[in-house]
Amino acid sequence: MFTPKLIAALALLALATGANAEGPRLGKTISAEELAAWDSSVMPDGNGLPEGSGTAAQGAQIFAQKCVTCHGEKGVGGSASALLPRGPITSINGGEKTIGNFWPYASTLFDYIRRAMPWQQPKSLTSNEVYALTAYLLALNKVIDEGAGLDAATLAKIKMPNRDGLIIRFPDRI
Amino acid sequence: MPGAITKPYEQRSRFEEKVARTLTNPKGETRVQNARTPLHLLNGTITPAGQHFVVAQSGAPDIDPAKHRIAIHGLVKQPLVFTLEALARYPMVTRTTFIECGGNSAPLFSPTPMQGNLQALHGLVSCSEWTGVLLSTLLEETGIDPKAKWLIAEGADAPTLTRSVPLKKGLADAMIALYQNGERLMPANGYPARLLLPGWEGNMSIKWLRRIKLTDAPGMTFPETKTYSQLLPNGKAYQFYFIQEVKSFITHPSPDLKMSGPGFYEISGLAFSGDGKIARVMVSADGGKSWAEAALQEPVLDKSFTRFRLPWRWDGSPAILQSRAWDDQGNVQPTRAEFVAARGELKAPLSLAAFPNQHFNAITSWGIEANGEIKHVYA
Repeated sequence: MFTPKLIAALALLALATGANAEGPRLGKTISAEELAAWDSSVMPDGNGLPEGSGTAAQGAQIFAQKCVTCHGEKGVGGSASALLPRGPITSINGGEKTIGNFWPYASTLFDYIRRAMPWQQPKSLTSNEVYALTAYLLALNKVIDEGAGLDAATLAKIKMPNRDGLIIRFPDRI
Repeated sequence: MPGAITKPYEQRSRFEEKVARTLTNPKGETRVQNARTPLHLLNGTITPAGQHFVVAQSGAPDIDPAKHRIAIHGLVKQPLVFTLEALARYPMVTRTTFIECGGNSAPLFSPTPMQGNLQALHGLVSCSEWTGVLLSTLLEETGIDPKAKWLIAEGADAPTLTRSVPLKKGLADAMIALYQNGERLMPANGYPARLLLPGWEGNMSIKWLRRIKLTDAPGMTFPETKTYSQLLPNGKAYQFYFIQEVKSFITHPSPDLKMSGPGFYEISGLAFSGDGKIARVMVSADGGKSWAEAALQEPVLDKSFTRFRLPWRWDGSPAILQSRAWDDQGNVQPTRAEFVAARGELKAPLSLAAFPNQHFNAITSWGIEANGEIKHVYA
């Protein structure tokens, strides 16, 4: 039978070697409301898209004000990535990838504009502005009609032309 | 004559100032900033923190560690947020691992050998000793919803860069790294905390880590759909490549390190695999006709730089040096011909700084000319 002294010694050993399963437990709980301020991820199925809407015409105006410096008129000729399609991809040069001929999901466009653009002031756009810019760029790339508007429901339904063009390299690692 | 006064934080000799990273965007213009490691001017296997390569989409944020928080949420049983002070009290682990940019070695997609030194051709890979808290330790405390298959990691840089990582990797060996080579991370390498995914595409090891969300599907974020997807000759593209496959190159001799006459040289280089330990490195001095096995410098560590060495007597005639690596998982570094057959090559060369494609890991060849000049060649 274990004596009380031996049990105490074993408890100390367990602590000293970290053999007890209990971790430090120093994380603080965080509520859904607090998380909402952090969590800006938009998923391919539209999960995470905020309320709001915008049209391609509105997006064209915002583009002319806030994006044209780097991306050029109608998305060509700027220092940053061209935003117009260049037709089908005919080489292995990644520089040929554009929204219309390559991007597999429309959600990516909304998510990236919202988190990363404009370069000098990311996260300064309203949800309506992001919807409008997304609509403008998708219309420029002939993915949606020029007169079309976008909101959470319509954006989630868009099937991009290259949706099936990507091959998972090592599926066994997922 | 007495020497210099000892400083609180030592700086290297003034004679070594040329040993430095090369920058693609030194003025911080509105585009990505790259810094390449001078691998041909270093030795051993550890990259000094100040020489570690950097690819920063929008520069390093200036983060006060006292104010920084890391949230873990989504498909967990209890969302939690951690301060750096809290993380400092968790059990830590130390491991050595390389980080390589998925776009490293991109100039070798060119149909003709682009002339550049090792730094220009392969300088987007570095190796450090990292210390931090295993992600699995923190996920034990949040609990995991059985529906979770992925995690989306987010940085606190201006574009809050995000990447999706299979939860399997997150539980296997992912670390929240706090220390690099014994001291706190360099700002451009993620201070005060970064995700570290040993052996996987560098962009996924999110710097300035602020949030991890467990999900049932990948986020299909910008970097993992548009940027880090690799076009194939048939117009399709690879995605979620993850692994930096087995690779090696000779650091000495190499371009810029001109041979100073016939005689003894040690051929030395680096080998690494994102899938395991280096098992064997073979070296050729005749463009691949004959091979000799190089000695591997101990310790040979999992997903780390391994230094190989082979004594060589140069007779002064033209020679082509190559190295080829194998790992302990049965992976072998492809020849250039094998690689091009599978992945293709460009129609015309681009600039040395361009990223036409990614995940190049074929054999590199250095052509030594009779005058001792060393050129990048295809053989």
